[in-house]
Amino acid sequence: MVQLEILHAAKESGNYDSIIDQIPYAKLLGVVMREENGQPLFELPFSDHNIGNVHLPALHGGAIGGFMENAALLHLVWARESAEVPRTIDFSLDFLRSGKAQSLYARCDITKQGKRVANVRMTAWQEDESKPVAVARAHFLLS
Amino acid sequence: MQNLPLPVLNPALFEDVANWFCQIPHSATIGLEFVMGERGHATLRVPYNTALVGNPRSGVLHGGVMTSLIDTTSALSVFSMLNEREAIATLDLRIDYLRGATPGQPVYCTAECYRLGRQIAFTRATAYQEGNDQPIAHGVATFMRESSQAQLGSKKEGA
Repeated sequence: MVQLEILHAAKESGNYDSIIDQIPYAKLLGVVMREENGQPLFELPFSDHNIGNVHLPALHGGAIGGFMENAALLHLVWARESAEVPRTIDFSLDFLRSGKAQSLYARCDITKQGKRVANVRMTAWQEDESKPVAVARAHFLLS
Repeated sequence: MQNLPLPVLNPALFEDVANWFCQIPHSATIGLEFVMGERGHATLRVPYNTALVGNPRSGVLHGGVMTSLIDTTSALSVFSMLNEREAIATLDLRIDYLRGATPGQPVYCTAECYRLGRQIAFTRATAYQEGNDQPIAHGVATFMRESSQAQLGSKKEGA
C-alpha cells in the first residue's frame, strides 16, 4: 500500500525515496527510483550485502531478481497512480551476464494492462543498456 | 516412480557449498539457513523478518525474497548430484506465486534437480510453510554447468 499523496509529492519533486521507504524489502536492497525522459529509471547502487559470489565478485542472482521485481511493481504504481501495490502472479527471469560489483539499472515496459492483470517486461544492465545482465517478464494482479 | 532416498553424492562438497551458500553476503542479508539435503534434493529456509516484507499492511514477504530462496535452493540441489566442485550459473528461473506467505512464520524451500545433463541442469522447487499444505510458490530453473573458471565454495577463500 502506497499513500497517493506521497506518490503525487514524489512525482512533483522527482524524489521517490518516500515511496521506497514504504516497501521494506526495496529499502533493504537499496533500490533508487527516479524519472528519466518521463519514464521511471531504477538503480541498485552496488552494496556488499547484495553480493552472491565473493570471489568474482558478482551480484547475487536473487538480488538481481528482487531488484527487477521491485522495479516492475514500482513502475506499475507510478503508471497507474494506484495506492494498491499489485500482487505478483508469476515472474520469469533470464540471466544473460554476471552482475559486476557496480550499479545495476533497470527499466520496465508495461506490455499489456488489462482490468485485472498487467504484463510487464524488465531489462537490467550495467555499463551498456544494449548488453543486459538480465531480462524478465511478469504478470501482476491489479485488483 | 518411487522416491527412494540416497545420500548426496559428495557429502564434503555438498556441506561446504551449503554452508557457503548461506554465508554469502546476500544470503546472510535475508537470513538464509540450511535445513537438509539428499541425492537430487536440497532444502533451505528463510526465517520471518519484517525487513523482508513487500507490503507493510499485510506483512507478507516480498516476492524478491522468494526469488533468492528458490534460486539458491535450486542451485544447491544441483550440487547434491555432483562429485566434483564446479561453478554453475542460473540461465533462467520462473516462479508462480500461489499464495502470500503467512507473516511471522519461516518459509521453507525444497528443490529437486530432476535432470543433470552434461551441460545443463534442470530443477524444480516448492516454497511452503509448516502446517499449510498449500505451497507459497513453485519455481523451475535451468543452470549452465561449468559456467566459469571461478570456483564455488570456501576452498579458494583468500586465494
